[in-house]
Amino acid sequence: MAYSEKLIEHYENPRNVGSLDKDADDVGTGLVGAPACGDVMRLQIRVGDDGVIQDAKFKTFGCGSAIASSSLATEWIKGKTIDEAYELKNSQIAEELSLPPVKIHCSVLAEDAIKSAIEDFKRKRAEKAALES
Amino acid sequence: MALKFPIYMDYHATTPLDVRVFEAMKPYFLETFGNAASRTHQFGWTAEAAVEDARETIARFIGASSGKEIVFTSGATESDNLAIKGVAEYYASKGNHIVTTTIEHKAVLDSCKRLQKQGFEVTYVSAGPDGLVNPDDIRAALTDKTILVSVMLANNEVGTIQPIQEIGKITRERGVLLHCDAVQGLGKTPFDVQAMNVDLASITAHKLYGPKGCGALYVRRSKPRVRLVAELDGGGHERGMRSGTLNVPGIVGFAKACSILMEEGAAEAERIRGLRDRLHQRLTAELDEVVLNGHPTLRLPGNLNLSFSFVEGEGLMMAIKDVAVSSGSACTSASLEPSYVLRSMGLDEELAHSSIRFGLGRFNTEEEVDYVAALVAEKVKKLRDMSPLYEMHKEGVDLKSIEWAAH
Repeated sequence: MAYSEKLIEHYENPRNVGSLDKDADDVGTGLVGAPACGDVMRLQIRVGDDGVIQDAKFKTFGCGSAIASSSLATEWIKGKTIDEAYELKNSQIAEELSLPPVKIHCSVLAEDAIKSAIEDFKRKRAEKAALES
Repeated sequence: MALKFPIYMDYHATTPLDVRVFEAMKPYFLETFGNAASRTHQFGWTAEAAVEDARETIARFIGASSGKEIVFTSGATESDNLAIKGVAEYYASKGNHIVTTTIEHKAVLDSCKRLQKQGFEVTYVSAGPDGLVNPDDIRAALTDKTILVSVMLANNEVGTIQPIQEIGKITRERGVLLHCDAVQGLGKTPFDVQAMNVDLASITAHKLYGPKGCGALYVRRSKPRVRLVAELDGGGHERGMRSGTLNVPGIVGFAKACSILMEEGAAEAERIRGLRDRLHQRLTAELDEVVLNGHPTLRLPGNLNLSFSFVEGEGLMMAIKDVAVSSGSACTSASLEPSYVLRSMGLDEELAHSSIRFGLGRFNTEEEVDYVAALVAEKVKKLRDMSPLYEMHKEGVDLKSIEWAAH
């Protein structure tokens, strides 16, 4: 399959590979996909009190497009507020990496991973608020 | 010797032409270019003589009793189609049942599916987890309506060599015809249509260092005499079984490729087996959680099909782009389904996604094997460092206990 230069660059030099402490209060974790489908993405965010994503990390089991999509996603959401990051669309990722049609689902997975990580963070924050009140 | 890139390790897909084959073919393009069916002049006679000579060589190579049993085709797909549909149509009054296996090539499976639409019944026998078909399962599938059994000599993905001789005993005893898709196994593992009681066999040149676009169907002429209905209408070539001008250079090359294997095949198989085992040993010495797909010993000498757990096959192939291999991963297919062969053997889908098929052959060297082993080990480690599944596995999480959201 012919891939774009940007995609190959992200695949060969992925940004933000790694893990954050999933038990930390300020960390949200999204784990999406399924091994049986051939791709699993774990995307994590560390969020400041101001709601800005200070750090983002990922680990992905998947093809080159899946790895590049998650790398790009972490790069884009860093420095954004969680509300801004929640608005990120898969089509923006697909366009940036020129994903071929059969690989669009990789960008969908990346969008899902971001949303899932943000939701996890919000849930934690709500639980914490409930405990403190 | 310096390595040349890219390195080819996909000999199951196709093989390069052996230069000796190329030399044998050359005059039949340029000087002796005649149509083998031209009966009125020297050009035709020369071409015909070359074809008849080739027929005898190929017949000898597969243990056929006469060159008259060789029907030239455009390749294995056509041979499989002709064998299955041609026999089904001819013997339809005798029965409407065909037995085959779930791990056959698509040319066999899809021919059977088309026949099902026309009212034939087909039983698909499963292979075991090692890719081996149990002859007893074939026996159990036979009914008094069965006219044909079709089982491959060796599987193209996992290289498992099937017990054709045992299956041949059963089909002969029951008076059922046996077709064998011998494409992958021929020249790499013993194949003899007499000893194995094979009645029809599909073979092709380009898997044997011969040219693409040239195949043959062996059709037994006695005990029993096999009949079939031709797929193509036309000039009635190949004793009416396959019309169309013969591909003379291709046929000459096919025969040359067979005669090289008759001379060198056994020694070559041992050399390639040694390279394959070296590759396997080096990879498993460097990496944990590597699963061998297929049978540990009953496999083609050049075949190594491995699943590198927690790493996706296409992702890995992208990391080793200087090495030509193939994968059972969904991402390599248009259907987004992982290999039907691996799945029908009962392999977890996750492992099917992680599979890589190394196919070694005549022109691979020890240097190439060592380079590929080191490269693959390095890249698998890198991708595992990036894999959430490997991290979870290392933390002792049972991946099967997680409720994944299938998408």
